[in-house]
Amino acid sequence: MMHDQSDVTALAQAQTAGELLEGPVGKPMSYWQLVWWRLQRDKVTLVAAAVILGIILSAVLAPYLAPHEPFQSSIRKRLAKVGTPGHVLGTDEQGRDMLSRLLYGGRMSLVAGVTPVLIALLAGSTLGILAGFVGGPLNLLIMRGVDIFFAFPSILLAIAISGALGAGLKNTIIALSIVFTPPIARVAESVTTQVRGWEFMEAARASGAGTVAIIRHHMIANVLAPIFVYASTLISVSVIIASGLSFLGLGVSPPNAEWGLMLNTLRGSIYVNPLVAALPGVMIFMTSMSFNLLSDGLRDAMDVRL
Amino acid sequence: MEHNGAILTVQDLRKYFPVRGGLLQTVQAQVQAVDGVSFDVRRGEILGIVGESGCGKSTTARLILRLIEPDAGAVRFDSQDMLRASPVELKAFRRQVQMVFQDPYSSLNPRMNIEDAVAFNVLVHGASRSEARAKAWDVLNKVGLRAEQFGRRYPHELSGGQRQRVNIARALVLDPKLIILDEPVSSLDKSVQAQVLNLLQNLKNDLGLTYLFISHDLHVIEYLSDRVLVMYLGQVVEMGSAEEVAVAPLHPYTQALFASTPSMNPDARLERPPLTGDPPNPINPPSGCRFRTRCPHAMESCAAANPPLLPMGSNGRQVACYLYGNQTTTRG
Amino acid sequence: MWGYIVRRLLLGIPTLLGVTIIVFSLMHLAPGDPISAMLPPDAPQEVVQMVRQQMGFDKPLPVQYWLWLTRVVQGDFGRSIATRRPVIEDIRSALGNTFILAIAAACLGFTLGSTLGSLAAFLRGRWLDKAFSATAITGVSLPHYWVAILLIILFSVELNWLPAMGMQSTGAQASGWEIARHMILPTIALSLIPMGVVTRMVRASVLEILSQEFVLTLRAKGLWSRTVTRHVIKNAAPPVLTLMGLQFGYLLGGSVLVETVFSWPGSGYLLNLAIFQRDFPVLQGTILVLASFFVVLNLLVDILQSIVDPRIRRG
Repeated sequence: MMHDQSDVTALAQAQTAGELLEGPVGKPMSYWQLVWWRLQRDKVTLVAAAVILGIILSAVLAPYLAPHEPFQSSIRKRLAKVGTPGHVLGTDEQGRDMLSRLLYGGRMSLVAGVTPVLIALLAGSTLGILAGFVGGPLNLLIMRGVDIFFAFPSILLAIAISGALGAGLKNTIIALSIVFTPPIARVAESVTTQVRGWEFMEAARASGAGTVAIIRHHMIANVLAPIFVYASTLISVSVIIASGLSFLGLGVSPPNAEWGLMLNTLRGSIYVNPLVAALPGVMIFMTSMSFNLLSDGLRDAMDVRL
Repeated sequence: MEHNGAILTVQDLRKYFPVRGGLLQTVQAQVQAVDGVSFDVRRGEILGIVGESGCGKSTTARLILRLIEPDAGAVRFDSQDMLRASPVELKAFRRQVQMVFQDPYSSLNPRMNIEDAVAFNVLVHGASRSEARAKAWDVLNKVGLRAEQFGRRYPHELSGGQRQRVNIARALVLDPKLIILDEPVSSLDKSVQAQVLNLLQNLKNDLGLTYLFISHDLHVIEYLSDRVLVMYLGQVVEMGSAEEVAVAPLHPYTQALFASTPSMNPDARLERPPLTGDPPNPINPPSGCRFRTRCPHAMESCAAANPPLLPMGSNGRQVACYLYGNQTTTRG
Repeated sequence: MWGYIVRRLLLGIPTLLGVTIIVFSLMHLAPGDPISAMLPPDAPQEVVQMVRQQMGFDKPLPVQYWLWLTRVVQGDFGRSIATRRPVIEDIRSALGNTFILAIAAACLGFTLGSTLGSLAAFLRGRWLDKAFSATAITGVSLPHYWVAILLIILFSVELNWLPAMGMQSTGAQASGWEIARHMILPTIALSLIPMGVVTRMVRASVLEILSQEFVLTLRAKGLWSRTVTRHVIKNAAPPVLTLMGLQFGYLLGGSVLVETVFSWPGSGYLLNLAIFQRDFPVLQGTILVLASFFVVLNLLVDILQSIVDPRIRRG
């Protein structure tokens, strides 16, 4: 014999097949249950989520929580200090109550910050998944088109589009949606191309399934999760840029309450009442920071091990 | 209707992959991955395909199932050429010929539980949810995974060997006639390999299956296969029954392959490695016989033209080498 | 390698063209007639028509684009509606001021970021690591225009140490020291985001190298030499350098907010002014120049990366 028995064959002949194996212990956990379980143990993320929930709730319930009307001005009560009776957080340069304006301002700032990301998620995912799945010339066309927008730094593009369209909440949302669609599209295309190369996709094709069934049952869930995580990291940036646009006068216009806008109008008063002038920024910071921490925690929890 | 008892006939299968480069990313060369491969798979046998990495065996498997579209050739199943089949016929073909993939980690959807993953195949062909689930449970039990316990589990909760069993179950669920197994045990530990190989044997005997078994591990191929096919750089160089090829390999490459597996027996250890040099580039294979640059018996005629695969004796033994005559006939 | 460089350069041309198309479209998307911004509202029709013809607004859009493009390539951005000076002059001086600020902020942010990031990677898991990482996240979550205001409140209003506005105080001598004094606060505000981003990147990059087996072995043995340090830096550097290049681009293009707060006469400030005065030539020119700079910067970063990291060249 030119060779002898290998360990494999020896082992194989020594064993009997056909026994039923023992299963893993514990409750069966789906991927999403696993994510939830991980999230529950991450204290920092939980706190961040609670803060965001609080901010959202206070914005939604502003009409019930605010002690005063946000537009009610009074020259007499201009720039009252923090802690003035009746105005816990003071008043602004037109005598309007700060607490109320901050609560109402949350509505504008949150809408201006979160909506564009949602729109970009929809548009970017569609473009990217299409490009990634179909591949070939369509992929090239879509991705080259998307790349052109990458030639602009985000703030510049946001300002350029806003400047062209004019002020207003609607235009801010449109501008930011356009700014965020390309990065999401890129991530979507990259993830789709990656998933498409995994063997279970081949296995699905080998089973005789049609393209639609494969996309629906196998691809979408695997692709949407990373895209979603990426999009969540964009929210904190969006809030800052949206408020920044209003700060420049390109977003929401007076006398509406919006955190960025308030920062701008209170700028002249920093010599008189610096604490009140700084307050709106605290809200922007808290919101952005919490979204950042939350998206970080989400990314860690959703880390898939194949 | 079969033809010589063959359930699948592959004829002159060819696939070249373009290589792009340069300024405009034009096609500069071709990787000759599969170049004129022909063989039969007989009903009820285990045909092993063996060769080193890059020899084209995995590509051949995918060409048969049309997961990759061949450039040329024919694949006949039930005397119908599947390369020219309509989508409906292709779908029916895929019911009958299934595949078990190599990597237990990426071959299962991480977000689908086991019973859904297996049942998916049945659903695709029009069964109801309950039918599909019942079939999935049945086949999971057959591969040794207790369905009540394993069904709702997810791939990340299973070991490598268990995942391969799921892979096998998924291939079995449609009651196929032929199963192509692409290195099904290569990623597993030795002891687990043994279990899975035994399982495959028993399933074949119990269910009357036919296997096309691909591996680079000679011992596994020898243990399991009835007939063996040896591939080198995209071509078939030798074919025959497993014992004959193992005991008396004809082609110099086969001889070298069998001689180079490390032996546990100290008396059988070799002084010099039987195979020298690096495997040549499939983009630019040597002219004539592709093995001649590493062959100890290379002759002049080897450089001139590629030796055809010709029968030796009456047992279905075939070799592609001028050592066994026929220097005049050439192949494309 | 040269093949990659040439390809990358060639790829830059359609990108630049795309940028010009976008800038052109944006300006023509803008509601409101550009003419009405230039002339008084009660100007007679013939004057409006004449100006329209003169400026070429009556021609079809693709023709207008082509005319505008040919002028732009020669450096003619037109004249500012507000100041009547050639736009290119305004942009040139403004851009210079932004450059000064951007370079200073980049130096500050990158140095701080690299230091914090490396330390955080070495001290992984300990409280200092968490502190530095928290600093990084804070850096990217802080609205920099708000920080600018806070800095002014603290250092100008309360402490009166540093000036709050402009590049130099009125009436004072124009000296380097004056400019430097005025630069301190804006630089700090502008450096926050790059600092935060670079810290996170450096930390991740260094951690990856540190976890390589031979580095682990050396650390376990307590050995550390200059060679190992060099190896860590050389391998952790490429992605960080790419990031820094991009961040510098953002600093150039995204300085609007901080410049507005400090009234720093840079390109961002010019942009802001142009938007409110509806000064289209200045607006168009500024955006075009800033975006082009960004494209060229990205190109250089890509080429540099391909020289440093041979694996990139095959793409």
